Amino acid sequence: MTVNELTRGPALTAPVSGAAIEPPKKRRTGSSPLAAARGLIWVLPAVALLAVFVYLPLAQNFGFSVIEWDIYTGTQTFIGLENYQKIIEDPVFWSALVNNVWYSIISVVFQVCGALVLAALIESLRSDRWRKAFRVIYFIPSAISLTVAGLLFYFIYEPRLGLLNAALDGLGVGELGQAWLGQENTAIFAIIAMSQWQGFGYCTLLFAVALQRIPSELYEAAAIDGVGPVRRFFSVSIPLVREMTGLMMIVTVSGAFQVFNEVMVMTTGGPNNSSQVLGTWLYRSGFVRNDFGYAAAIATAIFVVTLALALAQLWISRKRRVEW
Amino acid sequence: MVKRTTVLGVIGSTFVWAFLLALTVVVLYPLLWMTLNGFKTNAELFGNPFALPVELRWENYANAWNRGVGDYLTMSALVTITSTIATVFIGAWAAYGLTRIKIPLSRTILIIILAGLMLAPTVALIPLVRMFQAMGLYNTFWALLILYTAFRIPFTVFLIRAYMMDLPAQIDEAASVDGASRARAFWQIILPMCKPIIVSTVILNVLFTWNEYLFAMVFTSGGDFQTLPVGLTNLMAKHGTEYPVVFAGMVMAAAPMVLLFLVGQRYFIRGLADGIGK
Repeated sequence: MTVNELTRGPALTAPVSGAAIEPPKKRRTGSSPLAAARGLIWVLPAVALLAVFVYLPLAQNFGFSVIEWDIYTGTQTFIGLENYQKIIEDPVFWSALVNNVWYSIISVVFQVCGALVLAALIESLRSDRWRKAFRVIYFIPSAISLTVAGLLFYFIYEPRLGLLNAALDGLGVGELGQAWLGQENTAIFAIIAMSQWQGFGYCTLLFAVALQRIPSELYEAAAIDGVGPVRRFFSVSIPLVREMTGLMMIVTVSGAFQVFNEVMVMTTGGPNNSSQVLGTWLYRSGFVRNDFGYAAAIATAIFVVTLALALAQLWISRKRRVEW
Repeated sequence: MVKRTTVLGVIGSTFVWAFLLALTVVVLYPLLWMTLNGFKTNAELFGNPFALPVELRWENYANAWNRGVGDYLTMSALVTITSTIATVFIGAWAAYGLTRIKIPLSRTILIIILAGLMLAPTVALIPLVRMFQAMGLYNTFWALLILYTAFRIPFTVFLIRAYMMDLPAQIDEAASVDGASRARAFWQIILPMCKPIIVSTVILNVLFTWNEYLFAMVFTSGGDFQTLPVGLTNLMAKHGTEYPVVFAGMVMAAAPMVLLFLVGQRYFIRGLADGIGK
C-alpha cells in the first residue's frame, strides 16, 4: 500500500467542499487540526481494543517469562532467563517442536503442492458446473470445526468401531490395522492426516481463484504452440501463481506452528506426550502444571517463529504488488 | 481453450476424473458416516461400521439436544451474533476513518491495526487469563465477546478498507455538498455501498467464531456456559459411551456452517480470495 492510496479519497474532497454552495459549517472546514483530530473517533474503538487485549498481553508475556509467580502468596521473583534455560533442557519441548515441524512439512506437501495440482486439475475440466461442484465439495470439511473433524477422526481411527481399520480389513490388508491414536509412533501422524483432510479444500479453493485470474490467452497461445497440458501447468500456471504459492506456504507453516484444537480433541498430547505440539505443551504447562512463567516462555518461542513467518509473508506480498 | 483429442488426452482425462471422484468419496463419506451414525444404536455402531441404520432414531438428536447441545448451540449463536456485529461495525468505522477522511497519524494507526494480523493468539494467552481474572470476566460470556472482537478486528479492517479505498472520491464530495455530516455519510452512503464486502466479512467472522476452540476452552470451560466446540468435548467426556448421541451432537454443530457456506458461497469465496491477496 502506498501513501497515495491512503489519502486518495479525502485529499480530493476536503478543500472544495461546501464553500461554493453554502456557508461551511465549522467542523467541515477539514483543515483545522481540531477537526482532523475529531476524525480519530472513527478509529478509536478498534485501536483501543487492540491495544488493551492484543498488544498489552503480548508485552506482558515477555515479563511473565522472566518472573516466578507464587500463586498462593502472590509474590513475584525475578528469575531472568531461567525459564528459557528450562525450555532448552526440556525433551518434551523439543519433541513438540519436531511435531510442529512435521506438521508444517506434511501440510506444505498436501495443502500447498497437492492443492495447487488439484486446483489445476479442477480448472482443466471443461464443464463449468463440475468445476464449481468439486471446489465446493472439497471445501466442506473446512466449514466444519476442527473440533467436529477431530472427534470424527477420533472415531474413524478407533480400533473397534472405526472406519479405517474396517476399510483396511475390507481391502484384505487387515493386519495393517492398529490403534492409530493410541501409539506413540503413529498418534501425531494420524492427527496430521486428519488435518490434511480438513484443510486441503480451503487451499484448493484459493488456488482455483488464483488460476482463474490467469488470462486464458496465455494457455491458448501455449496450446497453439503445441504445448501439452502438463507442460502448460509447469510453464504457465506455476510461474503465474508463484506469489500465491509463497503466501500459502507461509500461511500454512504459520498455522502449523499454532496447532492446538485438533491435538487437544484427539489425544490431548498423549500417549506419553508423544503428540504434544507447542500450543498444547504451553497449555499443559500453564493450566495443568500451573507453571505460568514456563508457559509464557513457550509462548515467546511461538511468537518468534510466527513473527518471522509473518514478516516473510509481508515481504512476499510487497514484492508481488510491484510485479503484477 | 483449444480442443485436442488424442489417445493420451482421453486416458489422461479419464484418470483425472477418476481421481477427482475418488477424492470426493474420501471427503464426503466420513461426513455421511457421521450423519448416519447419529441415527444408530450403540449395538449397530459396533456391529458393522459400514451398515446403514436400521431405522432413523431421531431420539438421538433429541437426547443430544437435552444433554447440553441445545445450550451450547444457543451460546454459540449468541457469541457469534454479538461478536460479529461488534467486529464488523468497529472494523467498518476504522476502515472509514482510515480511507475516507483525513486523520492525524493515519499511517501509524493503519500499521498498528494490520500488524495484529501477524500475531498468534496463543502468545497472548497467559497474560489474557490473568487480565480477565483480575477484571472478574473469566468464565463469562463477556470474555469471549471481547476477545473475538479484538482479535478479528485486524482482518476485518483489512478486508473492508481495501473495498472502501476503491469507492470513488466523488461520493464523499456529493455527500458533503448535500450537507450530510460524516456520520450520516458513513451510515447512509458509504456503509450501504460496502454491502458485498460486509456480507463476506460477516460470513468469515461467523465461521471463525462458531468454530473457535482455544479461547472458548480456556476462558469458559470452568463456567456455566460453553460454546459448541467446548461443549462437544464435554458431551464426549460425559456421555462418551453413547456414541450415537455424540455423533448427533457433532452433526448439529457442523450443519449450520455447512449450510451457511453452501448458501453464501459466492460472498465467501470473494472474502477468502480478497483476504489472502487480490
